Amino acid sequence: MADTQQANHPHSAHDAHGHGEHAHASFAHPMAPRMLLGVFAALIALTIITVVAANFPLGRWEIVVSLTIATIKASLVVLFFMHLWYDKPFNALIFVASLAFVALFLGMTLIDSREYQPEIEQRTIEHVTTEVAAPAQ
Amino acid sequence: MASIVEPEAAATHDHHGDHPEFLAHHFETPQQQYDTGKLGMWLFLIQEILFFSGLFVAYAVYRANHPEIFVYAHQFLDKSLGAFNTVVLLLSSLTMAWAVRDSQLVNNRGLIRNLAITIACAFLFLGVKAVEYSHKWDIGLYWASKFAPTAEHHGGSMILFWLCLPFILISVALIAATVVSKQKNYEQGYRFYGILALASVAFFVGVGCGFVVPAVAGSDSHGPAHVEEHAGESDHHVVATHADPAHALADDVESPRNAGIFFSIYYVMTGLHAVHIIGGVIALAWLLWRALKRQFQAEYFGPVDSVGLYWHLVDLVWIYLFPLLYLIH
Repeated sequence: MADTQQANHPHSAHDAHGHGEHAHASFAHPMAPRMLLGVFAALIALTIITVVAANFPLGRWEIVVSLTIATIKASLVVLFFMHLWYDKPFNALIFVASLAFVALFLGMTLIDSREYQPEIEQRTIEHVTTEVAAPAQ
Repeated sequence: MASIVEPEAAATHDHHGDHPEFLAHHFETPQQQYDTGKLGMWLFLIQEILFFSGLFVAYAVYRANHPEIFVYAHQFLDKSLGAFNTVVLLLSSLTMAWAVRDSQLVNNRGLIRNLAITIACAFLFLGVKAVEYSHKWDIGLYWASKFAPTAEHHGGSMILFWLCLPFILISVALIAATVVSKQKNYEQGYRFYGILALASVAFFVGVGCGFVVPAVAGSDSHGPAHVEEHAGESDHHVVATHADPAHALADDVESPRNAGIFFSIYYVMTGLHAVHIIGGVIALAWLLWRALKRQFQAEYFGPVDSVGLYWHLVDLVWIYLFPLLYLIH
């Protein structure tokens, strides 16, 4: 397992022998500095884009655009800062499974969320009416 | 492997056989210990994701049913401060990832430096957050049942003082601990408390940024200049003519029913996020202590990696909170 992980990792051999850096354990995957800085630059750029995009009236697409950008940022953090790209597939499976459950949680709740809205609105109207009427008495 | 074990450690741990000191006796190899720890950390992180998802679902349901409340309420949130804090957290994620790299390459100086910057960023973030909270509370933007927007400032910046007080005490305590450690020639304590004292000062830099950033960005801030200008003023005309949308809204427009529930969601989401930041600072301080003791080695960097994963997750939550709370039309 360790050997296959090592072979899959593009920077290991490079880091260990190329730059004359400290040796590291076979299961360590140090990220190259240019990789770290590149990911950081991309995250900052996406932050600027999402702030600028918020100034345009995109209507109902606004939430889609901002969440798409947020998801790209989140993916960069998870894959590279959190090493999931180089990690054991089982850890990635656990992570993706949790996202599936979040989607299920969110989806099922939203499907149901308007179920009692007419009754709530009815009650709210009655409530407001009595509130307004009360001082007059 | 033998090179990793310090001579005296090997001598005092004979009963462990060829186990290095850091390797728990129930693990065969350092890699097995590392992989196990990392699996456990991922399992913890996904339950954190599910925990936060409950709040995101509450947000989604409330926004789906009452979009007008979100359009109304987001105007009280300062976009420039949200963006500033996003950059601060992204920077702290970079230094955290770099700290993990340093620990893997046994670059102890780099590890200590990057941990210190990460902790400082956390304090900076909390400082900005303190200004944001205090300003909302100054104009009555409390959670649901307490929600009572007003153009007048209640108590000026006393709320900010109370939010800062714990951090003032922490900074003073850390500085005192640094001085005492120095006098007693306690090198480890001197370096540990000294670094933390410097990092904790970043909180007050954050408070300063909380005032300066909106002014520089020229955003619809309920900024400090304004607080100073109108501190103690009771003349309604001055306040009403002020070109501040937040105040204009509070003054002229009836807030929608249940607008306070937006602020309940806002405070619970950002508050729990801030609690996670504080937890992260404690975990990072623990790493700093161990790094100063040079406990991390080529085959033992699991704790740094695990705290790093946690820290990135906290950043991840903010990546979604920022557009969802601050960037609404």
